[in-house]
Amino acid sequence: MSDLSLTAAAPVQEDAANEGRLVRGLLIGTAVVFLALFLVLPLFTVFAQAFARGVGAYLEAFSEPDAWTAIRLTLTVAAIAVPFNLVFGVAAAWAIAKFEFTGKSLLITLIDLPFSVSPVVSGLIYVLLFGSQGLFGGWLQANGIQILFALPGIVLATVFVTFPFVARELIPLMQEQGNAEEEAALTLGATGLHTFRTVTLPNIRWGLLYSVLLCNARAMGEFGAVSVVSGHIRGLTNTIPLHVEILYNEYNFVAAFAVASLLAGLALVTLALKSLLEWRYGAELGSRARH
Amino acid sequence: MRAGELLGLLGPSGSGKTTLLRIIAGLDTPDRGRILFGGDDATFLPVQQRAVGFVFQHYALFKHMSVADNIAYGLNARKRSERPPAAEIKRRVGELLDLIRLSGFADRYPSQLSGGQRQRIALARALAVEPRVLLLDEPFGALDAQVRKDLRRWLREIHDRTGQTTIFVTHDQDEALELSDRVAVLDRGRLEQVGTPDEVQENPASATVLRFLGDAIEVEAITEGGQVRVDGRPTPVVAPAGLIGPVKLFVRPWQLQLVEPATAHLTGTVRSSYRSQGRQRIEVARPDGGLLIVEDSDGERYATGREVGLRINGGYVFG
Repeated sequence: MSDLSLTAAAPVQEDAANEGRLVRGLLIGTAVVFLALFLVLPLFTVFAQAFARGVGAYLEAFSEPDAWTAIRLTLTVAAIAVPFNLVFGVAAAWAIAKFEFTGKSLLITLIDLPFSVSPVVSGLIYVLLFGSQGLFGGWLQANGIQILFALPGIVLATVFVTFPFVARELIPLMQEQGNAEEEAALTLGATGLHTFRTVTLPNIRWGLLYSVLLCNARAMGEFGAVSVVSGHIRGLTNTIPLHVEILYNEYNFVAAFAVASLLAGLALVTLALKSLLEWRYGAELGSRARH
Repeated sequence: MRAGELLGLLGPSGSGKTTLLRIIAGLDTPDRGRILFGGDDATFLPVQQRAVGFVFQHYALFKHMSVADNIAYGLNARKRSERPPAAEIKRRVGELLDLIRLSGFADRYPSQLSGGQRQRIALARALAVEPRVLLLDEPFGALDAQVRKDLRRWLREIHDRTGQTTIFVTHDQDEALELSDRVAVLDRGRLEQVGTPDEVQENPASATVLRFLGDAIEVEAITEGGQVRVDGRPTPVVAPAGLIGPVKLFVRPWQLQLVEPATAHLTGTVRSSYRSQGRQRIEVARPDGGLLIVEDSDGERYATGREVGLRINGGYVFG
């Protein structure tokens, strides 16, 4: 008899976290609709608009020399900004995670600064510094150095905006790993450089790749800061996002979305690689190690 | 520190053992004082040039390298002109793997090994560079009791075989007394005593050393004519010359004997007792509220609440 009552009671017994089918369905449904509306639909629209008049029209958007200039410029900027921030990020994370020094918390705050400042404001800072009315404007003009409305300005603005990516990923990772392995290497007679190359770098390699990926996506997609310093000179200082804006403002929707699909594609590839890294090497990533 | 000896650095946590070891290794810098290797001043020598082998409590193996690469690291890190040829490094790694009895493990990775195995690899890695002195920082601290016992014996064997000058840090008295040729007791950054395990146990230099080497109770006593008296009754303890009047007498659990209250130095009531490994340990509450532990052979049982007397058969006197 007691067996019977037990089996009868089991289905009625409810888990404390079990909210009932209706509530669960409602919550999941809301999330799915939200994601579809705000993430999937826009992405779909980008490609749908790009191919609205067929593949021919899509490809035509890239036959324009201005489009190619924009793509080349974006790649050039990323090729300069990302390695720069890679080196800076590793150096800063190394210093912050492995050593004690005065001004450390100030340095951490400074690294975070670009995330808290609006990109447009960071662009304006460079205008104020290097513009013709700016602080160094006169001197730069006198010496014939062009920073604003040229590649240097765009690179500077991009570097500023993507400054924190590498350092912020690596600091928690390196802090968690501690100094023990480096100290072991030093006592075994390895020089500082050898230790860095054979011990520190292999330990942070996946975290580094992860952060470079995000840094690169942002460097290529940055609009606000670059928009302020580039001057929008067609075929000269337009990056991909700026080129998209111009095309869109000229009601050239197919071309605008075709070029935009490049950035969307980049975002998808980044997302896929990022997920792959998280899935495969989650434990060796700083942003995951904190959880 | 003598060449070829196994020195145990013993002290409570926070006594500066690890700091001292790190200063010897060159990982930390001393506020004052000097570090001498042989006759050479090594105080300002960078860590790489000190030729020390350091074994960390948590192993600090290189996670991304195989066991063989871990052991060979120090040799591979040398300048090209000083680096042994690859075949020689391979031979040396093989030798060391034999020494630590992990011969088949060359291609494994640290994550595939147990704690005891990892610590043996860490030791082999440190020995590979033929250090002038081997420094072990709580080498068995992170291991469970059984593995720790095995590794202790094994470390002693390795030391006897290689004659490697070694300093190891521990907060476990047993470990220090079992392993060391000589023990150095540290407290709050001060060196209290250095001596063989027998010396420090028989003649502790201070009450701190005595307390740290094992349980002891403190008893008020009076010295008269070279004799130490407790509660008016003479004890077999001989007072050091020059100590007269009230002194402190420290007594180990096994220096106390349970007797009839009438002839005892101390009295109390039995609080609890338990048997372990052929002995029994009896907790006795003193009239003043203090607790003390007596060790006795596993014979007569003492019921809780029974009035007992304690005779002092030995002890250590400090002023």
